[in-house]
Amino acid sequence: MTKSVTDVICPFCGTLCDDLEVVVSDDGKTIVDVYNACAIGAEKFMHAQASGRVTRPRMQQPDGSYKEVSYDEAVEYTAQMLAKSKKPLMYGWSSTSCEAQSVGHEIAEQVGAIVDNTATVCHGTTLLAVQDVGIPSCTLGEVKNRADRIIFWGCNPCHAHPRHMSRYSIFPRGFFTNKGHKNRKMIVVDPRNTDTAKMADIHFQIEQGRDYELLSALRVALRKEVLPDTVAGVPKEKIYEAAELLTSGRFGIIFFGMGVTQTLSKNHNIDEAIMLTKDLNEFTKFSIMAMRGHYNVTGSGQVLGWQFGYPFCVDLSRGFARYNPGETSSNDLLRRGEVDAVFVLGSDPGAHFPISSVKKISELPSVAVDPHITPTTEVAKLHVPVAFVGVEVGGNCYRMDNVPIDARKVVDPPEGVLTDEEFLTRVNKRVKELMEA
Amino acid sequence: METVTLTIKSQPVLFLEADNITPDVFAGKSAADIASLHAYEGRDQITLGKYFDVAGKAGATAADTKIVVKGDVSRVKYIGMKMSAGEILVEKSADMYVGGWMQGGKLTVKGNVDAFAGLGMQNGELIIEGNAGNYLGAAYRGDWRGMQAGVIRVKGNAGSDIGTFMNGGTIIVEGNVDVHVGTHAEGGKIIVKGNGKSKIGGQMVEGEIYVFGTIDVMMPGYKYIEDVDLEVDGVKGKFALYHGDLGERHPKRKGQIVYGKLYQKI
Amino acid sequence: MSEYLIKNGFVFDPVQGIKGDKADIAVKDGKIVKSSEISSKAKTIDAKGKSVMAGAVEIHAHIAGPKVNEGRNYRPEEKLFGYTPKKTGSRMAGGFSIPTTFKTGYEYARMGYTTAMEAAMPPLYARHVHEEIKDTPIIDEGAYPVFGNNWFVLEYLKNKEIENVAAYIAWLLTETKGYAVKIVNPGGTEAWGWGLNCISIHDPVPYFDVTPAQIVQGLLEANEYLGLPHSIHVHTNNLGNPGNYETTLDTFKLAEGYKAKNKFGREQVLHHTHVQFHSYGGDNWGNFESKSKEIMEYVNKHDNITIDLGQVTLDETTTMTADGPFEHHLTELNHLKWANVDVELETAAGIVPYIYSPNIKVCGIQWAIGLELALLAKDPMRTFITTDHPNAGPFTRYPRVMKWLMSEKARKDQIDAFKYSDKVVAATHLASLDRELTMYELAQMTRAGPAKALGLAHLYGGLKPGMDADIAIYDLNPEKPATPDEIEAAFSRARYVMKSGTPVVVDGEIVSHGNKRTLWVNAKVNENPQVVRDIKDKFLRYYSVNQANYKVANHFVPNPYIIEVDATQ
Repeated sequence: MTKSVTDVICPFCGTLCDDLEVVVSDDGKTIVDVYNACAIGAEKFMHAQASGRVTRPRMQQPDGSYKEVSYDEAVEYTAQMLAKSKKPLMYGWSSTSCEAQSVGHEIAEQVGAIVDNTATVCHGTTLLAVQDVGIPSCTLGEVKNRADRIIFWGCNPCHAHPRHMSRYSIFPRGFFTNKGHKNRKMIVVDPRNTDTAKMADIHFQIEQGRDYELLSALRVALRKEVLPDTVAGVPKEKIYEAAELLTSGRFGIIFFGMGVTQTLSKNHNIDEAIMLTKDLNEFTKFSIMAMRGHYNVTGSGQVLGWQFGYPFCVDLSRGFARYNPGETSSNDLLRRGEVDAVFVLGSDPGAHFPISSVKKISELPSVAVDPHITPTTEVAKLHVPVAFVGVEVGGNCYRMDNVPIDARKVVDPPEGVLTDEEFLTRVNKRVKELMEA
Repeated sequence: METVTLTIKSQPVLFLEADNITPDVFAGKSAADIASLHAYEGRDQITLGKYFDVAGKAGATAADTKIVVKGDVSRVKYIGMKMSAGEILVEKSADMYVGGWMQGGKLTVKGNVDAFAGLGMQNGELIIEGNAGNYLGAAYRGDWRGMQAGVIRVKGNAGSDIGTFMNGGTIIVEGNVDVHVGTHAEGGKIIVKGNGKSKIGGQMVEGEIYVFGTIDVMMPGYKYIEDVDLEVDGVKGKFALYHGDLGERHPKRKGQIVYGKLYQKI
Repeated sequence: MSEYLIKNGFVFDPVQGIKGDKADIAVKDGKIVKSSEISSKAKTIDAKGKSVMAGAVEIHAHIAGPKVNEGRNYRPEEKLFGYTPKKTGSRMAGGFSIPTTFKTGYEYARMGYTTAMEAAMPPLYARHVHEEIKDTPIIDEGAYPVFGNNWFVLEYLKNKEIENVAAYIAWLLTETKGYAVKIVNPGGTEAWGWGLNCISIHDPVPYFDVTPAQIVQGLLEANEYLGLPHSIHVHTNNLGNPGNYETTLDTFKLAEGYKAKNKFGREQVLHHTHVQFHSYGGDNWGNFESKSKEIMEYVNKHDNITIDLGQVTLDETTTMTADGPFEHHLTELNHLKWANVDVELETAAGIVPYIYSPNIKVCGIQWAIGLELALLAKDPMRTFITTDHPNAGPFTRYPRVMKWLMSEKARKDQIDAFKYSDKVVAATHLASLDRELTMYELAQMTRAGPAKALGLAHLYGGLKPGMDADIAIYDLNPEKPATPDEIEAAFSRARYVMKSGTPVVVDGEIVSHGNKRTLWVNAKVNENPQVVRDIKDKFLRYYSVNQANYKVANHFVPNPYIIEVDATQ
């Protein structure tokens, strides 16, 4: 016999689908099947079941081999490392719950760490733009119920956020959009002919690195000012037409991704896109939203926000919170040699950071907390395996539109494996003892 | 004017945060007092004396105090932060935030500086004889009130994002600059004597930018107006004047719309 | 539990009518008791030469939730040089107009505030609101979910289905762990979904074809049908515009003929918040003027209405409201960074930084209007001090507001400091008001009054035996006149504060995180299959989350104080 867990939250991407159905064995230990999820989301659940999973902490030995250690030893090593460090980097936080993040911040506050999340290599530039010019946005349900102009700029939801279009943005029939995709015009701006671009009503295949100019040109067109003959490889007639198309809708939205956040101009691209959105509100209703990657990177920004006032790159080293990406951002810190220990939880910088940064991590005292063996755990001195958040333990998460959803537990973690929150709570207790001593 | 000489003894393991190295903090202090001022290395609070030999003494006020920093301070941040008067001379290179939030006085760095030099500058004179990093004379994150007044002169090149949200004052870069110059500016003057790249004057409301060399890609919101004869920082020449950024809002003054002005030397 | 005896203080307690008499206050097991009920082991606190009041009650502030946090995160420049370093036993605390959660708890407590209400909770984001409340130490908190633009409410009220609205309110309060029915720009925020607005209370809401007047009146009736502890809490249409006082009076009049029906001792049926923003005359910024007299004349005559001020503090601050169209209007005026979130089926919110400059005439007039409302109030039990934090200024400026209200000289000094003081005086009544609030009146406006309006008079706002031991002691000796600055200093840092019998502030410093509670209302109604069906249907078709994932689970509210309401009869 099997049983079904419904309304399960998918711990993969920032779309944070909450309608999954997971079939588990009668003893509640094994996942048998996953319904409603995209291929990646389903894999995330099934992967938790993979054989050969590490279930005890492992310490790297001088010869590169690993030795199993107890959780007690892992807690001690981690606490000692953080307490001895003058300026540790505590990075990740995007694939874990807000409850765990909160405990992590308490540790960081005591040891004077820098807390940074994966936005630092993803939508951190978006956060900078929001700090400069604000952001008019909405929840995904507003898009479903009202939007008739959908722009995907530098993102490819077909692959990165597979259910985004069917749940929220293109296909669903909403309150004022009862014809679904027939009510909507879909525009894709991307230098590549992606699968998302192939679905679009209009695809602007622009010159790489000229997003800022094209966004600016759209604003010029809205003001009925003159344009050069082509901008970013797009003829000016097309730009005027596009401006007309955007203003003729009732409710529009720009979704954007790493194609604009991490290419030339970075935060300025987003800044200009936000200002275009603001300008469009003179004509009709318009919103803009970041296609956040990790399922709870948004939550990390939220918890950091209410506890310290900044969404990432938070430097607590001097006993108060400071913030300045470019200085307090993980890769700048590692590149420049500003930190003397690295703690990673809920991310895989070994796979996503430049090799120079990964090399720096490997040279420093380091701990990686992750359910899996990853490129990061392979360079860290200590790997602490933990339960999967959203599969083996619940916890609060924030969707890309900042809507909080409480992830569910579906199955038990392997015998004796701690959750992020449990491990951090023990480290916190030990750090407190060490710092007070 | 009295002179205090700081000579770095050894390099910090991490970076040193030395926001106390200013004429304002030094004023009225002896060498021993200055050596016992705080600095930070990570979470460790240390004294300036740990890393610097301090000689001489400060004047009674900031205006009467000159600080000479000797040795490689390329791992020392915040030199001259918030200084309001007096003088600092850094003989080699310094790290980030040189002259950050500076309010007056004169700060000279003979070598290079890293990012955020002259950040949020209120007034004063900042001279970099080498190269400057990114965010030279820019606003701090989120602030719409960037550089207000004063002069920044860089004899070498500068990085990207110079003069972001600039409201007043002058930035002169005698070499080349990277992308994004004077973004969101609502005043002030930026002179680039070398080449620019692209994204120059993006989202500029008002203010002036002069580029003596090339511009790879012009922002689409800049409209050619006319050629004008000008003398800019001692150089006479003919410049093409553009108005922009036409994609941005612009205030009206005396019935006239005020634009940002971009001059390119012909 | 511990026992305390606070001796020799000058006590100001509107609940017992004590007006500065010397009296001892005894505390046992977190409650105030008769002095005869404590043992000789009670710890004595000497309040000689000091004033003793109940802990103050904040009735309206934006201190937790999505828009507050967006405000924090998008204003790094505000925290640049103003952070309080970590001290032993307390957390780092930063931010000025939008302090971090820790700072919020600490600053309220230091001023002697022990309870605060988050003024606008978007239901879909309720979980976020509660996460922040959980991280706000010391003070008891509740949150008002917004109802005035909710599709269920709009649809039911189009047909005047009061019972269905009541059943929906009861359901939503339980789902969101909410405290009261908040209404913000009724209908106008839904119109904002299309970039539109409802300016008067008779402008129909696009598509839904119901008017703001119908929404307010319908929610008022449903609120009294349920007998909730608090009345409807209204921010009406047309906020911030010259000439809007007529809209405000029109809104007040909707309450005429209604009497409060509840078991909590609440007497008003409508609380209107931040009335300063709604008391404007003139028809442009040039002839902008105060209409506080017209407003207060009405309020003074109608005892089924309460108000709070929304006092401008003349600071750089961050405005934030569920009045989405207003924030768009504001960014068009000052060109500062604009954040907006439209929330499916429910509400919206906007944020824009704002500088209330003493050099701008309009800001001076706004400042005067807020003070006038308080000084013209005949019943201090119905007019409460707020800054609509952070909209008219941060709550940390309450001591300054108190100074202005208690000292004519302090007001005159400020008027003289305005760049356009003559124009401010000409457009307002303040210069002709010589009233100085007494300590007793202040206790009414900040303690007993708001507690009663919230239906919490049994717990808060007084020092009567049986009430919670929320006590503040200030360095103010009523027998010695205090200068304006001494008044401000005394209220900024209470000498001693106790929350539910636990000392939390001693000599102005935080000594404990206390044992904060979250207040929410559990209203029971008769089974209503139609509403159950409608809820299910809306989640299936229009929400972007499943209904099963909407409810705020109990673990988000680890220390609840649940107020039970039974409307099944």
